[in-house]
Amino acid sequence: VDVTMKQVGQLAMARDRVRFVGEIVAMVLAGSRALAEDGCELIEVEYEPLPVVADMIAGAEPGAQVLHPEMGDNVAVFFETGFGDVEAAFSSADVTVRERFEIQRYVGMPIETRGVVAQWDARDGSLTTWNSTQVVHFVQQGLVSALGLPPHKIRVIAPDVGGGFGTKATGYPEDLLIPAAAIAARRPVKWTEDRREHMMAAGHARHQMHDIQIAARRDGTMLGVRDRIWLDLGAYNSWGIVLPYNTVAHLLGPHRVPSLHVECRGVVTNKTPNAPYRGAGRPETVFAMDRIVDCLARELRMDPADLRRKNYLTQADMPYELGIPYRDGNPLVYDSGDFKAGLEAALSAVGYDALRQEQASLRAKGVHRGIGISGYVEGTAIGPYEGATVRLDASGRAVVATGACSQGQGHETSFAQIAADALGIPFDWVTIVGGDTAAIPFGVGTFASRSAVNAGSSIHVAAGKVRDKIVEAAAALLEAAPADIEIADGVVSVRGAPASSLPVSRVIQAAIPTFAKPGVASPDFEATVYQHQPTVTYASAVHVAYVEVDVGTGAVKLLRYLVAHDCGKVINPVIVEGQVHGGVAQGIGGALLEEMVYDEQAQLLTGTFMDYLVPTAMEVPAIETVHLEYPSPRNTLGMKGVGEGGAISPPAAIANAVEDALAPFGVRVTRTPLGPSVVLGLLESAAKT
Amino acid sequence: MKRAVRVKVNGTDCDESVDVRSTLADFLREDLDLTGTHVGCEHGVCGSCTVLFDGLPVRACLMLAAQAEGHEVTTIEGVAPPDEPLHPIQEAFAAKHGLQCGYCTPGIIMSACAFLKEHPAPTEREIREMLAGHLCRCTGYHFIVEAIAEAARALAASPKP
Repeated sequence: VDVTMKQVGQLAMARDRVRFVGEIVAMVLAGSRALAEDGCELIEVEYEPLPVVADMIAGAEPGAQVLHPEMGDNVAVFFETGFGDVEAAFSSADVTVRERFEIQRYVGMPIETRGVVAQWDARDGSLTTWNSTQVVHFVQQGLVSALGLPPHKIRVIAPDVGGGFGTKATGYPEDLLIPAAAIAARRPVKWTEDRREHMMAAGHARHQMHDIQIAARRDGTMLGVRDRIWLDLGAYNSWGIVLPYNTVAHLLGPHRVPSLHVECRGVVTNKTPNAPYRGAGRPETVFAMDRIVDCLARELRMDPADLRRKNYLTQADMPYELGIPYRDGNPLVYDSGDFKAGLEAALSAVGYDALRQEQASLRAKGVHRGIGISGYVEGTAIGPYEGATVRLDASGRAVVATGACSQGQGHETSFAQIAADALGIPFDWVTIVGGDTAAIPFGVGTFASRSAVNAGSSIHVAAGKVRDKIVEAAAALLEAAPADIEIADGVVSVRGAPASSLPVSRVIQAAIPTFAKPGVASPDFEATVYQHQPTVTYASAVHVAYVEVDVGTGAVKLLRYLVAHDCGKVINPVIVEGQVHGGVAQGIGGALLEEMVYDEQAQLLTGTFMDYLVPTAMEVPAIETVHLEYPSPRNTLGMKGVGEGGAISPPAAIANAVEDALAPFGVRVTRTPLGPSVVLGLLESAAKT
Repeated sequence: MKRAVRVKVNGTDCDESVDVRSTLADFLREDLDLTGTHVGCEHGVCGSCTVLFDGLPVRACLMLAAQAEGHEVTTIEGVAPPDEPLHPIQEAFAAKHGLQCGYCTPGIIMSACAFLKEHPAPTEREIREMLAGHLCRCTGYHFIVEAIAEAARALAASPKP
């Protein structure tokens, strides 16, 4: 894929120009937050207005106002890609459908805002910084280049972090500014973002436009897809090709489509820079695809479930090579799964046929209910690695250090399960240490549904190596063959000789040299593994939404929401369930409520929770789940990532359901969020045509 | 400008001199080091800073510390006193996976304490209506609803004094 990419670095503090509302222009240090805010009030900034780029489509046109003169234009990423003969597909098709879809700008919005504390130790020239980041090693690398210190002099710690969702997986000016201030002031400096600052300055996300066409035979067989895509990247192209390419790589998802052509533009505008947020391009692209699939079903007068049945890939197709590379450079090959089986599982669990009957009988009474389906295939667990060190102490308890950082995903539980199983010790003997650069020298961090597969695999292999060392020491101590040593529940024994049982701690202690003897083995009950993960594992799901639309008020009520998903081998079913629920709730927010709104002067209009609506327990129904398990052949335990998936399909499934509910009115849904006024607008404009 | 404030926090009398512009949340966190009260939005929407004020849930970010003069405040630290087992509501959150990052949790538990006194056998709808005063971004609320229902059953089985 031939990519044109332009990047202009964002300075920690703006110089000469500010390009978005929320860009830092000054920093004030004081003895308390209140005094620092008093200080800010004393600063007067005079801004000379410049022409703005508020719209990505207009901004990508030749002759548009240029945001960064050194870039020449505002198209920071451009590429075309595809496979197959798309021209022939469209010219030979019985039916083609084309539509423009827009998914709005909405964001991760963790309930804990960002924060940084930095402490400079002038005696040994070392910096310790606590940072609410998902990527401690990345922040450390930034500080290494900015301060010119060796990595071991910079310790970055991310303690318990209150939600991340990708928003905290990007670099921020404060990562550097707060440490720089602590060094300059020779005293610790603390900064906590307030919610207004968070809404203005923390990474925004989503916002894409798709001009998509699909070609098919009369029987519904898909022949080709064409898509022109625009992404609004905000003021800086911080993430390069990640969001544009993710978007393209996930467009076709579970469908068998023999030809594709995509033209993709990432455009810089005068808005807060975008950062990958749970799904990172996938919710947008799945929205475009599943909406056009429903439009095709309507055109063909086919049930949307049947149209998907006809085109979804099955287990017999695996491994399935799509025909373009993944963004890690490897061929995009689905490793395992059965998307049609997932679809059938979802339809049968939701009782699809019964819902269709109910819909028809209620429609006759003026009650408008709709069913929406959306399916995705998600490259999860991007590599190239996440390391782990597993170490036993003299009591037989284990400490596991990893570069993965938890923001509430339950690493402390899932990773402890993996380590305890491999070591043969009780689960509560394992302590997980993540988010501390002093605990492990190299790391990538937690984002992209990557920690279970990357860190989990390294923990599994490292714990197995430590177990081998216990076996070796126990064999020497108990004078038995290593093959006869068993370890379970923290107890070592010789097979067939229960009387020989010893606690693991006794074996460890027997390895420690004394004056009298050297120990039965080296007391090195530790192993570090950096398992290589060259490419991703493919998780998948089918979501079904059942909604009721009040055509008087425009209110959309979610009656049911069901997810049938495959994340490979499940480590902890409750944690997986929780991840799915949380992702779906964020997707519901994107479908119905959430939007960062800018006016035509690129002024942000949504600065509080009164304007930016996060779903509450009243908007999120009890989420039904069906678990399918197609283990990945790409890691030792057969796992796939599950962190993001829930958030991918709700906008598409709910939009499809709303359009389905309003089918008698001829409404076509092309944009989210579907708030009451938007739905009433759709009904009004449909009535006019 | 400072002002003396006498307030009973988690059963202990406190005599403190506070900035008149300090919020109750800042007073609890900064002056009393009770950092279990979390601050999520400072405009009264997210509910993370909820504490009990004379037994009723309030947003600690929307009150001034000086307004607490002569009143009684209970924070998450006071729900189960140190060295005692967790409160049944806390136990239920742990058992039912009612939290992920845990940032919104203290506020929700404070609201649940007051709510379950008024509604010892709540319906799912009542639980959800109460929860609508809190934003949780991790869980999708499903397991929180189950945790509160479970806590109601546990409290009914062995009421706390």
